[in-house]
Amino acid sequence: MSKFILEMQNITKEFPGVKALDNVNLQVKRGEIHALVGENGAGKSTLMKVLSGVYPHGSYEGSILFEGQECQFKNIKESEELGIVIIHQELALSPYLSIAENIFLGNERHSGKVIKWQETFSESKKLLERVGLKDSPETAVMNIGVGKQQLVEIAKALSKNVKLLILDEPTAALNETDSENLLKLLLDLKKQGISSILISHKLNEVSAVSDSITVLRDGQTIETMDTSVERASEERIIKGMVGRELTSRFPDRNPNIGDVLFEVKNWNVYHPQHSDRKVIDNVNIHIKRGEIVGIAGLMGAGRTEFAMSMFGKTYGNKISGELYKNGQQVQANTVSQAIEAGIAYVSEDRKTYGLNLIDDIKHNITLSNLKRISKNTVVNENQEIVEAQGLREKLNIKTPSIQQVVGNLSGGNQQKVVLSKWIFTEPDVLILDEPTRGIDVGAKFEIYTQINELAEQGLAVLVISSELPEVLGLSDRIYVMNEGRITGELMRDEANQENVMRYMTGAGGTSHADNR
Amino acid sequence: MQTIVNLFRNNMREYGMVIALILITGLFFFLSDGVNLKPLNLTNLILQNGFILVLAVGMVLVIITGNIDLSVGSVVAIIGAIAGVLIINMNVPVWAAVVIALVAGALIGVWQGFWIAYVGIPSFIVTLAGMLIFRGLTLYLLDGQSLAPFPDSFQKISSGFIPDLFGSGGLHITTMVLSIILSVVLVYLEFNKRKTQIQYQFTVMPLWVTLVKLVALILVINWFAYQLALNKGIPTVLIIVFVLIIAYTFIMKNTVMGRHIYATGGNKKAADLSGIKTKRVVFWVFVNNGVLAALAGLMFAARLNSATPAAGNMLELDAIAAVFIGGASMAGGVGTVIGSIVGGLVMGVMNNGMSLISIGIDWQQFIKGMVLLIAVGFDVYNKNKG
Repeated sequence: MSKFILEMQNITKEFPGVKALDNVNLQVKRGEIHALVGENGAGKSTLMKVLSGVYPHGSYEGSILFEGQECQFKNIKESEELGIVIIHQELALSPYLSIAENIFLGNERHSGKVIKWQETFSESKKLLERVGLKDSPETAVMNIGVGKQQLVEIAKALSKNVKLLILDEPTAALNETDSENLLKLLLDLKKQGISSILISHKLNEVSAVSDSITVLRDGQTIETMDTSVERASEERIIKGMVGRELTSRFPDRNPNIGDVLFEVKNWNVYHPQHSDRKVIDNVNIHIKRGEIVGIAGLMGAGRTEFAMSMFGKTYGNKISGELYKNGQQVQANTVSQAIEAGIAYVSEDRKTYGLNLIDDIKHNITLSNLKRISKNTVVNENQEIVEAQGLREKLNIKTPSIQQVVGNLSGGNQQKVVLSKWIFTEPDVLILDEPTRGIDVGAKFEIYTQINELAEQGLAVLVISSELPEVLGLSDRIYVMNEGRITGELMRDEANQENVMRYMTGAGGTSHADNR
Repeated sequence: MQTIVNLFRNNMREYGMVIALILITGLFFFLSDGVNLKPLNLTNLILQNGFILVLAVGMVLVIITGNIDLSVGSVVAIIGAIAGVLIINMNVPVWAAVVIALVAGALIGVWQGFWIAYVGIPSFIVTLAGMLIFRGLTLYLLDGQSLAPFPDSFQKISSGFIPDLFGSGGLHITTMVLSIILSVVLVYLEFNKRKTQIQYQFTVMPLWVTLVKLVALILVINWFAYQLALNKGIPTVLIIVFVLIIAYTFIMKNTVMGRHIYATGGNKKAADLSGIKTKRVVFWVFVNNGVLAALAGLMFAARLNSATPAAGNMLELDAIAAVFIGGASMAGGVGTVIGSIVGGLVMGVMNNGMSLISIGIDWQQFIKGMVLLIAVGFDVYNKNKG
C-alpha cells in the first residue's frame, strides 16, 4: 500500500474560454490533515468538484488514484461509495427534517421499503457522540445553530464510512468557540485514521492543524509544504498564495481627491435570522470626493452585508449607526430614500439583484430613476431612447440596439447595463460590489476605465472585490474587513498583497485592539 | 423581404394569436354558413363576451406581477348580489348602487391585496379562499334565491346602444361616423410613430408594409362597424371595453406605474433594489382587479337581468385562459392588455361559433381546454427554440 490515500495527477479542467485547472497535482497522505489554500478563484473548489465526481470523468484530463486504485467517478454517489465525502460551505441539510433523518438522508436504514426508526435513532446517537454533539437526534435541524449543523454534516459523513473527508471553508460561518471545537474534532478524527482535506481562508487555523499545505494559484499547484515537522508561518503561506506580478491590467489615472463626501459612523448590523449574531461590528469609514476606496476581505467577511445594510437597509436587522453626506446626516431606510440621497449600489449578483432579464436594455437602464424621464408619471419614451442610447455609447455596450433583451447579452455587457442603470440615477456615492465578477479581461478594463472616469467627475466610489489585484489596482485607499470588522486601512502606496492578505485573514495583530 | 421575415419571426407571439383568431373566425364562417358574421350575431358576440374582456384586462395585470386571482368569478356574483339587494330590495337609485358596487369591488381588492402583498400569503391561496368566501357571502345576501328583474336603466349597462344622433331609422349613422374618426386617428398615430422612428434612426418597416397593415385594419374596423350599424349600432359594452383597452394599454406601456408592474413581475428582487415598492405595486394591482371585477359583475347582472347565487361560476378560468392564450407568462413580467383581449376574443368566437353549430357543452369544454394547452404550448416551444 502506498503512503498516499489520494493522488491527483496532472488534472486539467477547462471551461469555455477559461482554464480553471492547469496540470494540478495533489497528494494526500494516509491519516493526515491536508490544507488546500489559495485566493478566491484559484481553483480549489473546482479541484474538489473533479475529485468528488461533480465534474464526471471525461470532462477533465488527468488521473485520480484513491488508495492506489484509479478512479473514474461519474457522479458524487460513486465517490461517496469509496469513502470520499465533501462538506460544502453551504450546508446541504434539509431544515425541517430531524438530525437523524438528515444523517441518513439518501442512505436510509430500512428493510424493504420501510424505514427502521429504532436503528436510525440509535445509530445516529452513536455518530453524534463521536462528533461530540449532545442534542437529541429527533431535533429538527433548523432548531440548532450553524456550528452544530456542521457537526451533523460530519456525522452524516461518518455514517457513510468516510475515509477522506473534504471540508470547504467549514469555519467561515462559525464563531470562535465553534471553530475551535470543529478543529479539535478534525484532530480526533485523524487519530481514528480519517484523512481530511481542509479548504480554508483562515490561515491561523490552517497553520495550527494541518500536516501538509498545498497552495493553488491561478489554477496551478504552486507548492506543497510538509508542516508535520516544522510549522509554516502565515507569512510563508501568504507568499505562496499571492506571488504574482501585477501587470498593467488597470488604466492609468491621476486622482483628484477632495474633501470627505461620504461618511459611515458606528455602523452595526445583526444577522436577519440569528438576531444575536453581529455581522457588522462598529464599522467607521469615509470616502472623499473623487476617491476610489476599496474594501478587501474574504468571503464571509461581511462586505456585501455592509454595503446592502447601508443601501436602504436591504440586509440585516437591528441596524444602528449614521450616514453622513457632505457633513449632513442622511436617512437611507428604504431603497428609494437611498437613491434620493444619492447613493447607488451595484450588486454582486447582476442576474438576481441587478436586472430584469426578460426586459430590454432601455427599460432596465431607466428603471431606478423613471422620474428623470417622466412628466406627471407619464414616461417620455423618446427621451428614454435618447438617454439609453447615450449610455450605451458611453459604456460601449456591444449590442445591435437598446431594444435588445438583457438576458441575451454577455456577462460583460450585462454588467455595463447595470452600471448604466446606476449612473442614470446620478449618484454622488457609488458602491460597486464585485464589479467585474465573471467577465472577460477586455470588458474588465472598460469597466475600470468607467470607474476612474466617475471618480474624476467627483463621485465617491466604494469598490468591494474578492480579487486582491483588482482592489490594489483600482483603489486610492483600502479598508480591509475580517469577520465584520475593519481590521486595517492602507493607502495605495503602502498596500501590497502580503499586508492586505494578513489583515484579511485576521492575522494583522495591531488592528485587533477592539477584539474583545 | 428579409425585414418582413424578421418582423414576423420577432413578433410570432403577437401575430400568431391574431392569425389564429382570423383562422378560427374563418372556420366558423364556413361551418355556420356565414351566420357567425351576420350583424345580429356580431352584436351578440360583443354582448356575450364584454364582461370576460373586462375581467381579462384586470387579470393580465395580476398575472404580469407573477400572481393569480381565482376569486373574480365569485366577486362577479357578490357584486351582482349587492346591486340586486340595493336596487331591487332597497330601491337605491341605480347610479348610487353602481358607485357602491364599484367601491365594494375596491374593498375586496384591498382585503386580498393586504394578505398577498403585506402578509406574504401566496395569491393562489388568498384568492382560493376569496373564491369560497365571496361565493358564501353571495348565498347569504341572496338567501339562496335569485333577485329579478332590474329596472331598465340598470339593464342598459349591458344591453344599451349608443344613441343615433342623425337618426334616420335605417343605417346607424353615428356608428359609421365614429368608425371613420377612429380610422383617421389610426392613420395619424401610425405615421406619427413612423416619423419618430425615423427621427431616432430605428429600422422602420418598408412603407408598403405599413400601408397594407393600415388598409387591412381600417377595412376590418369599418366593415365591422357597418355590420353593427345594420343592426342597432355600437353597444355600450363595446364602448366600455374600448375605453378600458386604450386606458390600460397606455398605463402599462407609458406610465411609471406600468413600468413598475412589469419590473415587479420580471424580477422582484431587482425591482426592490431599484427602489420600487413592490409590495405597494402588488397591492394596488389587486385593488384595481377588484374594481374591474366589480364592473364585470355589474355587466353580468345587467345582462342576465337578475342577481343569482351561481352567477359568474368558473368565469375566473375564462379570464385566466384569455390572458395565457394572449401570451402572458405564469412566471410574471410578460403579457399585454391587447394580447389578453385577443385571447379573450379567441375564446369568445369559439364559444359563440360552437353554440351556433350546436356542439354540445361537453365538446365545447374539451375543445377550449385543448386550445389553451396548444396556445401556451406553442409559446413555450417558441421560447425554448429562441
